[in-house]
Amino acid sequence: MYDLIVVGGGPAGLAAACSAWEKGLKQILIIERDKELGGILNQCIHNGFGLHRFKEELTGPEYAGRFIDMLRDTGVQVMLDTMVLEINRDHQVHVISAANGYQVLEARSIVLAMGCRERTRGAIGIPGDRPAGVFTAGSAQRYLNMEGYMVGKRVVILGSGDIGLIMARRLTLEGAQVLACVELMPYSGGLMRNIVQCLEDWGIPLYLSHTITDIVAKDGRVSHVTVHKLDDNRQPIPGTNLEFDCDTVLLSVGLIPENELTRAAGIEMDPRTNGAVVYENMETSIPGIFACGNVVHVHDLVDYVSAESERAGAAAAAYVSGTAPEGGTIDIRNGADVSYTVPQRLRPGNVPKAADIFFRVRRVFKDSVIEVSADGAPLVTYKREHMAPGEMEHILLPRKLLDTVDASEITVTAKEA
Amino acid sequence: MTNMFDVCIIGCGVIGAAAAFELSKYQASVLVLEKENDVAMGSSRANSAIIHAGYDPLPGTLMARLNVEGNAMAEDLCRDLDVPFKRIGSLVLAFSDAEKATLETLLDRGQRNGVPGLKILSAEEVLQMEPQVSPKVVAALYAPSAGIITPWEYTLAFAETAVLNGVELVRNAKVTAIQKGADGGYRITTTAGEFEARYVINAAGVHSGEIHEMVAPKTFTVKPNRGEYYVMDKAECFRANHVLFQCPNEDGKGVLVTPTMDHNLLVGPNAVGVEDGDRVNNTAEGMAFVRGKAELSVPGINYRNAIRNFAGIRANTDRDEFQISIAAERFIDLAGIKSPGLSSAPAIALEAMKLLSQCGFRPEKKAHPITTRKKVRFRYMNDQERRELILRQPQYGRVICRCETVTEGEILDAIHSPIPPCSVDGVKRRAGSGMGRCQGGFCGPRIVDILCRELHLDPLSVTQDGAGSRLLLKETKQVGDEF
Repeated sequence: MYDLIVVGGGPAGLAAACSAWEKGLKQILIIERDKELGGILNQCIHNGFGLHRFKEELTGPEYAGRFIDMLRDTGVQVMLDTMVLEINRDHQVHVISAANGYQVLEARSIVLAMGCRERTRGAIGIPGDRPAGVFTAGSAQRYLNMEGYMVGKRVVILGSGDIGLIMARRLTLEGAQVLACVELMPYSGGLMRNIVQCLEDWGIPLYLSHTITDIVAKDGRVSHVTVHKLDDNRQPIPGTNLEFDCDTVLLSVGLIPENELTRAAGIEMDPRTNGAVVYENMETSIPGIFACGNVVHVHDLVDYVSAESERAGAAAAAYVSGTAPEGGTIDIRNGADVSYTVPQRLRPGNVPKAADIFFRVRRVFKDSVIEVSADGAPLVTYKREHMAPGEMEHILLPRKLLDTVDASEITVTAKEA
Repeated sequence: MTNMFDVCIIGCGVIGAAAAFELSKYQASVLVLEKENDVAMGSSRANSAIIHAGYDPLPGTLMARLNVEGNAMAEDLCRDLDVPFKRIGSLVLAFSDAEKATLETLLDRGQRNGVPGLKILSAEEVLQMEPQVSPKVVAALYAPSAGIITPWEYTLAFAETAVLNGVELVRNAKVTAIQKGADGGYRITTTAGEFEARYVINAAGVHSGEIHEMVAPKTFTVKPNRGEYYVMDKAECFRANHVLFQCPNEDGKGVLVTPTMDHNLLVGPNAVGVEDGDRVNNTAEGMAFVRGKAELSVPGINYRNAIRNFAGIRANTDRDEFQISIAAERFIDLAGIKSPGLSSAPAIALEAMKLLSQCGFRPEKKAHPITTRKKVRFRYMNDQERRELILRQPQYGRVICRCETVTEGEILDAIHSPIPPCSVDGVKRRAGSGMGRCQGGFCGPRIVDILCRELHLDPLSVTQDGAGSRLLLKETKQVGDEF
């Protein structure tokens, strides 16, 4: 019997395990399907990680390495090359591996840290031929940075998610020509710093409110794409076509939390995030099962993944030690121009000094405020100079404030000041 | 000097493969020529994946007889050859009185064709069987013998077993000319060399007209017709328990909604005549048409859960009938095999044997031909079976495709199968890797890795699918390379 089983050895799982160890749990196991710890950070060889967490710029493998080093000083056990097939509400974890066969493990608590996967061509239905040369940005990143192969020489990128932007620069550095980055929405899906550093600095044009309307193959490989400008209903405007001769299309069109295990366990899901509904301490609807990182909601910065996961690890430790949350629950609603919140529920009695609330806005804001209200009456507001859907927002709700809330729900709204 | 084969089959789609399998039970030397780098590369891999009951074709046609016969044969064949197949039954949905009258016509046709168990259901009965169907439904024709199948596996099962029985399959062999040889046989020129055979079977699908005309005067014209589909995530599978057709019209059987053998939901196709029978592109119009039509049968399908689009080509001809005949001396057409070709395939193979016999080819049966096949499918095993399997062979304990839970053991089985795949999609068709919601995003690089390791390939030579579809174009820069 383990005190804690952590499913996934990426940044979320590593931070959760370290923090649970610090809080006194002894029998901790991380299960990782890959042959090494670190998760997707291992292929993110660019820098920019850790500015918040370590106050310095690290590469992905360096950032993961910091946590792997911390783990070395603990007694946390690790099973690599092992796949979790099933988790159930009795905290049983079914796993397989070539080394140990089929095992059913039991744990007092579980942290889900499976991360996310990329949306594919099929999910967005791009018309045209279906040749080789259409990659998700992350797959291309793996081929380049882990396997050492170029996926293309003339590239069009669809979507302006951060991985796509990073790959625009990476491919350029490797000598490829990135002809365009094409974004469906009127704003970028990635961080502003990535737009500047990965596109503008290299003269790569960004076409907002455009999409790929046709992919043409020659001899089994991409040879041409057509791009159209979109009207307000996101329909292609005839005659606005841009034509690109290219051999590769990279897709950076969104990430989806990977929650097949979560759903199969019967954990309550949030259709807005595609992740589990969680409380202030990252606990899911099944007591003793926690979730953190991109499996809950897609983050922009790994620094925040680590912080969130440390809360989950600490909460798992508290759960195992028998500390039960007391008092009522407040639901957090997403009001106007806010697309979701994490957590979705608060137990004020379980909030230490303040509750971290993460969310995204639906459009670009300048000189705006975030308002938290109960029963239509504002509780507190937070000023923001700039907000965009591509940049996750974060507020701290003080415990003192929460203790005064009488309502069963509060609402987070974004609006112009 | 080339080898003289008894029979040469041109094309290794499901028809050529079924014919090869049938012939491989006899004492005959058989050659199969396939222009692509794998079998099942045309219509056989991109279709509705249905074994039709057989009420659609007009009574008295070859299509009617062979469909019903082929349907009856499918169950034993799929059990013996380990092909995923299930008789889940089909419903033709009627949404008006006029369509209800069509159901009566189909019922009558089906009964005359010998389709078992047909009956017309009331709206209540339909909605009980299919709660997600539009409440506007007024009646449906139920055909319990209709089934779903994994069509490329059907083709692979026939072809692999034929190869194990001694049939020679040559891939990347596009036939460019066929000449009458001196001894009454044929000399077949291909992109992979010359071959000779006493008898030729034309199973070239959308190209069967061209092959026919290399030997005989033109008797039919192939009119390629494209159909587009959506494959939906398993989360959408609950929307259909049976194959849900709409009433057929002049464009074919209309847009259907059906579960697949891997618990996805399949939606499509449209029907559009096209010039190029090898181009299987999707179009915005076609995809919108399919979504619109499917909405009438099963409202509310969530296309955010789409995982793939594909398109297939029907080998339609100017005749509303299969072109199965002795087209020239010792030359047999299994041509213009459109829907219900997949359903009819094993019956068409028996038909080919009859025609060969009429041409004078009557080989002896082999004493003990191989007629069974067995595959490991980890994802469909229970815990106990999994436990024992990994204990026996640890490679089944390493999951390579996480969406579909396909193990390294299964990938290795595929790579070392009787017709070894040479592409990532070739592995996909054999093992199921990359079929899931991430569409090979995670497992693709790992499959490339295993292919290279096992077959001693250079990663730069590995293709996604057909010849030319290279995945990787060059190595990244090395230390010392110029910027």
